[in-house]
Order: sequence, then structure tokens, then C-alpha cells
Amino acid sequence: MKKVKVYVTLRESILDPQGSAVQGSLHNMGYEEVVDVRIGKYLELQIEPKERDMDTLIKEMCEKLLTNTVIEDYRYEVEEAN
Amino acid sequence: MKFAVLVFPGSNCDLDMYHTIKDVLGEEVEYVWHDATDLSAYDGILVPGGFSYGDYLRCGAMANQSNVMEEVKKAAAAGKPVLGVCNGFQILTEAGLLPGALLRNKNLKFICKDVNLRVVNNDTLFTNQYNKDEVITIPIAHGEGNYYCDAETLEQLQQNNQIVFTYESENPNGSLADIAGIVNERGNVLGMMPHPERAADEVLGNTQGLTLFKSIVKQWRESNVNQA
Repeated sequence: MKKVKVYVTLRESILDPQGSAVQGSLHNMGYEEVVDVRIGKYLELQIEPKERDMDTLIKEMCEKLLTNTVIEDYRYEVEEAN
Repeated sequence: MKFAVLVFPGSNCDLDMYHTIKDVLGEEVEYVWHDATDLSAYDGILVPGGFSYGDYLRCGAMANQSNVMEEVKKAAAAGKPVLGVCNGFQILTEAGLLPGALLRNKNLKFICKDVNLRVVNNDTLFTNQYNKDEVITIPIAHGEGNYYCDAETLEQLQQNNQIVFTYESENPNGSLADIAGIVNERGNVLGMMPHPERAADEVLGNTQGLTLFKSIVKQWRESNVNQA
């Protein structure tokens, strides 16, 4: 069994109004060091590998459903599940 | 003319669409559940607003995986009119039937109010009964109506006259180039955030949205007479 961690964020070229609002709050709180905040999604999938190649499988799922590549970027990590 | 109003779990503007077609326009209309596998009996497809699948993951993402969406693609390829309003617009972009995507409103708020729209292109099967550059008032009700596409796509939309409606005097959601509604290149698939079906009955005090549905029916009748 594998644990797949998928991270989804808005593409860099797209303004993230949620991130900007949070950044504003952090600045108000005195954390001027913060240069940028991007808010995204985190998905955890438990996968029992079969014949299909894991990377192909994950990329397919990400591009067909889990993300919209017009507006979002994604990256993922594969770990052994406990 | 016979319309299908698609119904997904979480659709909530399906009744308004149905009422507009049946009671106001007097045309035929049926509700079609999202697992339907044949839309060949219908002349026009209406994808209503709402919160299909609770807007989980992304607006329209899971609705796009329904059986019926393959049939919507076939209908679009056959040149039938396909109208997506609000969540329907989001579903059509997820399906790739329209370019771009709808992002969270710039002010992060759900906005429900009347807005002014300019009819930028009245040479479509959806807008032939409007005047060019006519300004109409139609309600919006959405949290994710901020239209986005890349620069190249925007240029194509402009060159092909695919921008049909733009927000006039005030852009409520931050959409690119004030876009409120676009058609595909062929012109038979329209997606728009404002709700024409909520401005289609005299008792509601505004019938400026009814003109859109009348346009669809008029065009269909004319092309049917020509074929006969």
C-alpha cells in the first residue's frame, strides 16, 4: 500500500485573493518578513498498486479530475503507507 | 423545440429553467438526470446553476465526470445549442467545451444582485433578438465567477467574437476583460455567470433574460423550416 500526497496550488500567474488576504493579516500582526502567501489544497490517497504504473496513474487522476491545469499546478509525493 | 434541463445532485436553478421554457415560452422541456446516456431526443441542452456535488474539489469538476456530459459533448459536436448558466458555465469549462476557468470572486464574497451586461455580440443563436451593445439587467448569484484564461486564449476569444456578454459599468467579480459570458468557436455553446432564467417572467419584474431563450427558439425554428 502506498500513500500519495498531492499538493494543489493556483498557478503562479494567477492572483490568489485568499493568500493576499492572509498575507495582509500576517503583516498587520507584525510579520513583515512574509513576502507571499499561496493557499492550496492537500489530498491524501491510499493506493494499492496493480499492474498500472504509479506515476502514470497519479498524473492521469490529477489531470482528469483532481486539478484543473488551466488554473492549477500540482506536485505529489509517494510514500509507503503504514 | 424540445429542451433538456440537466439535473445533477446539488443543481438548484433547474426549476427556474424548466418554468421559463414550459410556462413562459410554451416549448417542450424535460428534466434529465446526470446519469442519462442519451440526449438525442432533445434539440437544446440547458445546464443549470446550483452547487453540483456541493462544489467539492472544484466547481463543476465532479459533474463533468457524469455520464450525461459525454452526451452533452456529442450534442455540442452536432451543433445543437448548449447553454450553461452559473454552475452550468463552470461545468462546461471543466468539460473543455468552453475555454478558460472560473476562479473565486476577487473580493472572496458570494455576490447575489442585479448587474448590467452589455450584449457585445448579438450575432449568435443565443442573442439574435438583442441589439448589439444593448445594456440589459440580469441577476448574478455566485462565489466563483471570476473568469480567467491565458493571454493567447483571450486574444482568440476577441478575434473570433466569442465574448458575448461583458459586465457594464461595474465588474462584480474581477473577471478578465469584464467577461460575463462566452461562446465556443462554432457559436453553439454559451456559458454565462448571470442568470437569464431569473429574469424571464413578468411577475418577477424583469424579462430581459427571456430574450435569450426566445433567440434560441427563433433560430431553431428558422433552421428547421429551411431544412424542410
